[in-house]
Amino acid sequence: MAFIPHTSDDIARMLEVIGVRSIEDLFDEIPAELRAGTLNVPSPLSEMEIGRLMTERAATDGRPLNFIGAGAYEHHIPAPVWAIATRGEFYSAYTPYQAEASQGTLQLIYEYQSMMCALTGMEVSNASLYDGASALAEACLMAVRSNRSSTSRRILMPRAVNPTYAQVAQAIAGNQDITFVPVDFDRSAGRTLLEALKPHGGQDFTALVIQQPNFFGSLEEVDALTDWAHENKIMLIAVVNPTSLALLKPPALWGSKVDAAQGADIVCGEGQALGVPLASGGPYFGFMATRMQYVRQMPGRIVGRTVDVEGRPGFSLTLQAREQHIRRSKATSNICTNQGLMVTAATIYMSLLGPQGLEAVAQASMQRTADLIAALAQVPGVKRAFTAPHFHEAVLLLDRPPAAVLAALSRRGILGGLDLSERYPELGHAMLVCATETKLGVDIDSYAAALADVMSASRAAA
Amino acid sequence: MTELNLREPLIFELSKPGRGAGTQFPPRVAGSAQVPANLRRKTPARLPEVSELQAVRHYTRLSQMNFSIDTHFYPLGSCTMKYNPKACNTYAMLPEFLGRHPLGPEPQGFLACMYELQEMLQEITGMPAVSLTPMAGAQGEFAGVAMIRAYHRARNDLARTEIIVPQAAHGTNPATATMCGFIVKEIPCDANGDVEIEALKAAVSPATAGIMLTNPSTLGVFERKIVQIARIVHDAGGLLYYDGANLNAILGKVRPGDMGFDVIHMNLHKTFSTPHGGGGPGSGAVGVSARLKPFLPLPIVGKDGARYRWLTERDLPQSIGRLSGFMGNAGVNLRAYIYMRLLGREGMVRVAEFAALNANYLMKRLQALGFEAAYPERRASHEFIITLKQENKAYHVSAMDVAKRLLDYGFHAPTTYFPFWYPSAC
Repeated sequence: MAFIPHTSDDIARMLEVIGVRSIEDLFDEIPAELRAGTLNVPSPLSEMEIGRLMTERAATDGRPLNFIGAGAYEHHIPAPVWAIATRGEFYSAYTPYQAEASQGTLQLIYEYQSMMCALTGMEVSNASLYDGASALAEACLMAVRSNRSSTSRRILMPRAVNPTYAQVAQAIAGNQDITFVPVDFDRSAGRTLLEALKPHGGQDFTALVIQQPNFFGSLEEVDALTDWAHENKIMLIAVVNPTSLALLKPPALWGSKVDAAQGADIVCGEGQALGVPLASGGPYFGFMATRMQYVRQMPGRIVGRTVDVEGRPGFSLTLQAREQHIRRSKATSNICTNQGLMVTAATIYMSLLGPQGLEAVAQASMQRTADLIAALAQVPGVKRAFTAPHFHEAVLLLDRPPAAVLAALSRRGILGGLDLSERYPELGHAMLVCATETKLGVDIDSYAAALADVMSASRAAA
Repeated sequence: MTELNLREPLIFELSKPGRGAGTQFPPRVAGSAQVPANLRRKTPARLPEVSELQAVRHYTRLSQMNFSIDTHFYPLGSCTMKYNPKACNTYAMLPEFLGRHPLGPEPQGFLACMYELQEMLQEITGMPAVSLTPMAGAQGEFAGVAMIRAYHRARNDLARTEIIVPQAAHGTNPATATMCGFIVKEIPCDANGDVEIEALKAAVSPATAGIMLTNPSTLGVFERKIVQIARIVHDAGGLLYYDGANLNAILGKVRPGDMGFDVIHMNLHKTFSTPHGGGGPGSGAVGVSARLKPFLPLPIVGKDGARYRWLTERDLPQSIGRLSGFMGNAGVNLRAYIYMRLLGREGMVRVAEFAALNANYLMKRLQALGFEAAYPERRASHEFIITLKQENKAYHVSAMDVAKRLLDYGFHAPTTYFPFWYPSAC
C-alpha cells in the first residue's frame, strides 16, 4: 500500500485498542446519505510508471531558447542552491512556530531578511510573501493602513507598472474599496511622466507605485517621482527587481532630498530571479521591506534575533501580534505561509554570488540585452520603441503584428519575446524582449538570424 | 533524545572582503552598457563574501538544526505533516518543467497534468469546477470568499455584508472575511463540538453572505448536523464555504459538494503531500458549485478537442480576477498531481481510513495513560484534542510545557492552545 506501513496484524491490534471491529466503523458518525461512492479517479501508478509519464510530458514541452522576461527571468542557478534546498531537513520541515525545532530555518530567514535590507537599503524585511504581484497588492493594503495623512484609499498606479501586477492589486485590494488611478507614460521615452502626475498634486492620494526598471525595462527617473510623492504627502511603493539592485540606487535612497523622508516607504517585488527556476510561473516568492516606523503594519512573518534563558543567541518569529492566528479578523493580512523553500534557495544564491557576483550577473544581463537590441534592430522592419536607458529588457516595434512572427520563431525553438499588442494597443506592433547573462553571443546571433529569416519570409509571402 | 547542533555563526560572520565563489560569477561581457550616474548604486550591497564550500557547509549545518518529516514525527493537528514522496520532487524538477517560461506557448505536457489535477480535485470534492491558481490556503480562502461576494453583487444583492464564522474556526477564516470587506459574526459550538443550531438560526438574516465551516471541524469531530446547517444558511440566501485545508479525514468517504457546500479551498500541502518547505510554498486550489463557476480566479486550464489551453478573462468575464503574476504555484501543483497518481483511487480512500485509524488509536492510548480527551464520546477524525486542565491544576504544567518537553524526546510539538478558547488544548 502506497506510503502506509500498517500490516494486517498492526491493523487488527489497533482496532482492538480502539474497540471497533473495522476501520469502516470509525466513519459511523457521517450520515449514511452523505457517504461517497467509489471515486472516479485513475488507478495507482508505480514510481516507474509515473516517472515515464512525467518524462514523456516534459519532453513534449521541449527546451526552447528563451528571450521572454516580463517578470520571470532566466538566470544561472548555482548547483549548490537546490542541492541544499531540497535536503529533507529544509524541504520537509514545518513552519518554524516551534523555535527549538526550527533554528536552521529561522536563522536562514534572518540572514535572508538582512540580505534584502542590504539590497533595498530599507530597515526591515519580512520573511517573504507569495509572489511579486501579490506582494504589491499587500503593499497597497499596507500603505492604506500606514498613511495617516490620507483618507482617500486612492493609489496612483502608472501604466508602466507590470499590468498583471495592477490586475492582481485590483483583485486583492479592490475588495476593500481601494481605487487605482492610472498614470500615463511618455510614448517616446517609455517611462512614467512626471507631467502626468502633476495634475494630481495637492489632492489626497494614499500612495504612488513606481516600478524600477518598469515593465518596459526602462529606468524610471525615480528621484523626481519620489520627491513629487513626498511633497504631496503620498507614500511611495517601490516595485524593484532584486538583481538590478546590485547596480541601481537602492530604493531607500530614492529622491534628491537627503532627509528623514528620503526614499521609498515600502519596497516590494518578485524574488524569483534569485535562484528560483522559471518553472511555469511558480512557486516564486515576493519580498517586502519597509521603514521601522511601519513595521507593525507590514504583513507576513518576521524573524528576529534574541537570546535564550541562558543568554545564548537564537532566532524566533517575532511581532506575531500582527498576524491572523492572534488577531483573527483584525489581522494585517490573512497570510500564514511565506515561501520558505524559495527563500532558502534565494539565500543560498545570494551567499554564493555575494556583492561582486550579483553585480556581475546584473552587468552581464544589461550588456547582453544591449547587444540583443542592437542585433535585432538591424533586422529590416524592427526598431526600438523607447529612448530611455534600459536594464535587461526593452520594447521593440515590428512592422507587422508580433503574434505570427513569435509563432514562427517558436517553431524554430526560439521564444522571441512577449507580444504587447493586447496589453498596450496604443504602442502598435510592440513586443518585449529580454536577455540575461545566460544568453551568449551565439544565442543572440541565432535569434537575430532567425528573426531576419522569418521577417523576410513573411514579407515575401505577402 | 534528539540533540540538535544549535551553534552556527551568521553567514555574515564568515564573510571576508574579496572572497567569493568565483565559478558562480558569469564571465565578463565586453561592451559599454552602463546605468546613468544619477540612478547608479554608489556602494556595493552588504551581501556575504564567502567561498562555495563555506556556503555549502553553512547551509547544510543550518539544515541540521531543523526538525523535518524526513527526520522526525510531527503529531500536528490542523496542519497534517506526512511523507513527501521523493518521486514527486524528482519528476516535478525535470529540466523541461523547470526551464519553462510561464509566458511561452501553451505547454501541452504540463497543461495535461494540470487539467487532470483539476479533474481529480473536482471528483474528490464533488464540485463541478476547480481553479489551481491560489498560491496558499489563505489565498484560496480569499478567492472563495471573494467569489461569494462577487456572486451576491452580480445578483445585485448588495445588503449581504456578513460572514458567519464558528468560534472554532482557524484564524485565517475571520481574517479572510475582513480582507474581502465583510463583517465577521462569530457563533459558538455546543458541548459536543457541533455548531449551536439555535445560535446559527439567530445569526442568519438578509445580511448573511455566507458561513465558513470546516468539517470535520478544527475540534477534530464530524459536524453531524451539516445538512441542517446547509439548509438554514441556504434558506437565508447565504452560501456555504468549506475550509478544506485538510481533507485527510474524508478523502473518498464524504464529499463537500454532497454536504451542500458551494465553495471549497484545499491546501495541497496538507492532503496531497507537497512539501511544507519550512513554511511554504503551499497551494490553495479552489473548487466551486455550478453557480459560482463564472467567478473562479484565473487562469484555469481548459480543453478544446485534444488541445489544452489557458482560460482567461475572455472565457470568464465575471472572474474575481488574477491572484498571482502568472498561474499560481505551478511546481507545487505538479507535485500534488504526481502524488495523486501514485495513490490512485484505492490509495486516496486509504488516506482517510488510516488517518482515522491512527488518530483514534492514539487517542485511546493517551486516554489509557490518563490524559483527558476533549470529546471522549466522539470519534476522532484525523485529529483530536487532549485537554491538560487536570495536569495544569495538579502540577501547574501547561500545554506549552508538555509541547516543549516532547521536543526533547524528538517529537515535534502538537498544535497547542488551538482552538484558543478551549482550556489548555493540545
